[in-house]
Amino acid sequence: MPGAVLVFAEQRGGVLKRSSLEALSEGRRTADRLGRLLVALIAGDGIGRLADQAVAFGPDRLLLIDSPLLAAYSTEGYAAALGQAITHASAEIVLLACTAMGRDLAPRVAARFGAGLATDCVALMTEGGVFRARRPVYSGKAYATVEFSGSLAMATLRPNVFPAQERPPAACEIVRLELELPESAIRARVVRTELAEKKEIDVADASIIVSGGRGLKDPANFSLIRELAEALGGAVGASRAVVDAGWIEHAHQVGQTGKVVAPALYIACGISGAIQHLAGMSTSKVIVAINKDPDAPIFRAATYGIVGDLFAVIPKMIEEIRRLKAE
Amino acid sequence: MNIVVCVKQVPDTETRIRFGPDGRWIDESGVTFVVSPYDEFAVEEGIRIREARGGEVTVVGAGPERVGQALRTCLAMGVDRAIHIKDDAIERADSLTIARALATAIKAIPFDLILMGKYGVGTDNGQVGPMLALLLDIPQVCAVAKIEIGERVVTAHREIEGAIEIVEAPLPALLTAEKGLNEPRYPSLKGIMAAKKKPIDVRDLSFLGISLPAPGSQPIRWQKLEAPPGRGEGKIFRGDPGESAREVVRLLREEAKVI
Repeated sequence: MPGAVLVFAEQRGGVLKRSSLEALSEGRRTADRLGRLLVALIAGDGIGRLADQAVAFGPDRLLLIDSPLLAAYSTEGYAAALGQAITHASAEIVLLACTAMGRDLAPRVAARFGAGLATDCVALMTEGGVFRARRPVYSGKAYATVEFSGSLAMATLRPNVFPAQERPPAACEIVRLELELPESAIRARVVRTELAEKKEIDVADASIIVSGGRGLKDPANFSLIRELAEALGGAVGASRAVVDAGWIEHAHQVGQTGKVVAPALYIACGISGAIQHLAGMSTSKVIVAINKDPDAPIFRAATYGIVGDLFAVIPKMIEEIRRLKAE
Repeated sequence: MNIVVCVKQVPDTETRIRFGPDGRWIDESGVTFVVSPYDEFAVEEGIRIREARGGEVTVVGAGPERVGQALRTCLAMGVDRAIHIKDDAIERADSLTIARALATAIKAIPFDLILMGKYGVGTDNGQVGPMLALLLDIPQVCAVAKIEIGERVVTAHREIEGAIEIVEAPLPALLTAEKGLNEPRYPSLKGIMAAKKKPIDVRDLSFLGISLPAPGSQPIRWQKLEAPPGRGEGKIFRGDPGESAREVVRLLREEAKVI
């Protein structure tokens, strides 16, 4: 029987990542096009209760590797679990979300299996039964279509790009595997996790991002960006210029040396749109640009652009959004 | 403390990208090449650790003749020695092949810590670090913004979604650098002069006993490069700020349906 499509369904703290549900959905579509089985893997400690949620996205088989050794993420522990699942499923294609975990895990596992790995993909293709992937390169200045050879192809998928799609209830076989790994094999260990301040939404997770740049003129004016983000239930982003100037922490930076994001809505306020910023957000579904310079490059990426003073525009937007939400 | 830093030479991030004749790679003519920005953080960190604890920093890079300039830059920053895996085609090879070449060169020298950037800008793969760690059978911590060296142990801060993971690993270990780790120094005039006398060991693939896979048998390769998809014309509003704001909010709700 030809090999399966295997999706690593990432959980942290007992919650399945939304980007993993996107990967599962894309895995289902890929498996259907190629006529393969879709197998999902959940690894962790006490993860049995996540089974129903994963099954809703249509795997034919769900592998659960439940072990106290997997309570916290470790490269070596999770690489062992994913390796077991690849072997168990006779996987030909492995998909992961391109998250902090996926970026750490996928290359190590690919090296172990001699697999080709395409990271941060924005499309998967199966023309004529041949599996290919498309990914931005040169910070989004070009797109590469990549082809694989050998018995295993792996890809990590950019979050927020692939639609998550629940399926009507169907049979799914649930298989529990024992983790085959001595505790001593886990060398790099998480000793502590510090939550980001004030439970802010991380730009990497957000479906709406409001970003501020030099046009804010003063670090204190980030309060305006925060207020708009709050009104929309979104995250606060920033350009490199203001991060380098120390107005806001690097965790907020969107762009080549920050985070690459693809939210449903990206609002760039007082950001001119340097190549290195565009590289980080140009695959967002809808982009709003607010800038007083009509020639700012950000307008070429914008779905909707407002040429004007952000200090006049943003308060009006906040007012209007609050009014609509109150309706 | 012996530290190995792997660096990649990449097109300057401001470079305009043109495609080469085979459509699978960029046209490199007229392109300015630099040390990949994330690798600069790794070089700087390697030098700082040596300054605090002694030892030697070796920088390793793979690629054609021009990679020698990138290595020279690292030597001028303060790295002690360099290894150049010299091959005209290796930059176009898959990440695993590059990791194998690096592993072979690095196995021949003593190391306690391997540092490199979280990815090489351009190909943007982010794979060589973890692959190299696997091939050398050492632990890895990716995308770290803070490093503390202890007695045969390293503690690294790694940013994940909404949190920081503090990871402890026994040495030897491999860490990849995230922005924020440090502020890389510029080479001083004295450093540039001193770099001219520092050794660059040139190794070709046959010396390392490895060969590149034939293009068709690489586990992954670029089939074609394309310009990014256009976004189409946006709707730009230039009138009264209040009017524009209200109209865009309406469009976000009714046309784009994102709020």
